[in-house]
Amino acid sequence: MYDFNYEKPASLAAAVATLTGDADAKALAGGMTYIPVLKMRLAKPSAIVDLSAAGLSGITVTASSVTIGAMTTHDTVAKNAQVRAAIPALAALAGGIGDEAVRHRGTIGGSLANNDPAACYPSAVLALGATIKTNKRSIAADDYFQGMFTTALEDGELIVSVEFPIPQKAAYEKFRNPASRYAIVGVFVAKFANGARVAVTGASQGGVFRHEGMEKALSANFSPDATAGVTTDTDNMNQDIHASAEYRAHLVGVVTKRAVAKA
Amino acid sequence: MPQVTLTVNGKQHTVTVEGRTLLVELLREKIGLTGTHVGCDTSQCGACVVHVNGVSAKSCTMLAMQADGANVTTIEGLAAADGTLHPMQEMFREHHALQCGFCTPGMVMSAIDLVNSHPQGLTEKEIREGLEGNLCRCTGYHNIVKAIAAAAPLMHAK
Repeated sequence: MYDFNYEKPASLAAAVATLTGDADAKALAGGMTYIPVLKMRLAKPSAIVDLSAAGLSGITVTASSVTIGAMTTHDTVAKNAQVRAAIPALAALAGGIGDEAVRHRGTIGGSLANNDPAACYPSAVLALGATIKTNKRSIAADDYFQGMFTTALEDGELIVSVEFPIPQKAAYEKFRNPASRYAIVGVFVAKFANGARVAVTGASQGGVFRHEGMEKALSANFSPDATAGVTTDTDNMNQDIHASAEYRAHLVGVVTKRAVAKA
Repeated sequence: MPQVTLTVNGKQHTVTVEGRTLLVELLREKIGLTGTHVGCDTSQCGACVVHVNGVSAKSCTMLAMQADGANVTTIEGLAAADGTLHPMQEMFREHHALQCGFCTPGMVMSAIDLVNSHPQGLTEKEIREGLEGNLCRCTGYHNIVKAIAAAAPLMHAK
């Protein structure tokens, strides 16, 4: 790892000031992805701005929404009784990321800012139509994800919290890589009064995406059988030693069906 | 160079480190506690698991500075001063839950966290899922699972 200055600002404003004043400084959330990146010398920041003291963790649940602070850990979300009651699928998703030691440190804000194409959280944010709240503005999930490791976040912009509308029903199902445990295909399905939303992670070269065919079928009839015959285009699917594009496209159908059955 | 002050196994340390120093490097190389192992160094194998403020963390994927002010427990901090083993260590011995022993410190620290977070008890399935972040390449997991199942009631009885 290249050396860097370590800073732990005590407020969001101080963190933003440090990051804005130094273009080579990087924010650090839980570090479950970024510390391995540093260890492989894939990045050489001048400073690491640790957000753990900036007051960005916490969970607020109302009758219509669940709001999670950016620095809230996966373990906290997974075990929070209010989240489990309001959106059980979201708590279950958080409880299935990595392993317990990773969940003690990894955060929702870090996951979303990184936007790994096989991460779990982006699928929940997109399928639930969540709003990403930053120090500058509110960003709709549909505008936030802009391709693999790419988001709408600008320089000096930090995620403060994520607000999820509470659906009638939802579920997340993933088909894991047996070694890395990342999703080869992960599907989050959500049923709202005005229709269904379906987001797929792990499968596409473009990162998380909404599956229009599945959404149309499930909006008409939210049942596992409704997914039968809905196909997934292989053109944009990832292809690697773990799964071919055709296999991933096939898995999207299988995993979506399982998710709907679970919802 | 920055200084980190933390409590390790009940004893306070103030150590000069680099920004890039990992918690596991601080523990092994600066404080001399080599019971915590580095296996894969990529946060997958769990040989480096310690407790930070009471819960498990992979010390190879945490900066020493992130532990400033924290209370850290390593495998060396489990046994009593007179040498009496922690119930989890005793059950690992009893059930022959180790062979080469390399993964054992991380296994034991993860197992204790797992038992602590399940006061209602653990099923075999929960134990196996709870060990997802710890890899053993020689004994296999069967006796480790048995040891944890045996240690859980002993720990809760305390």
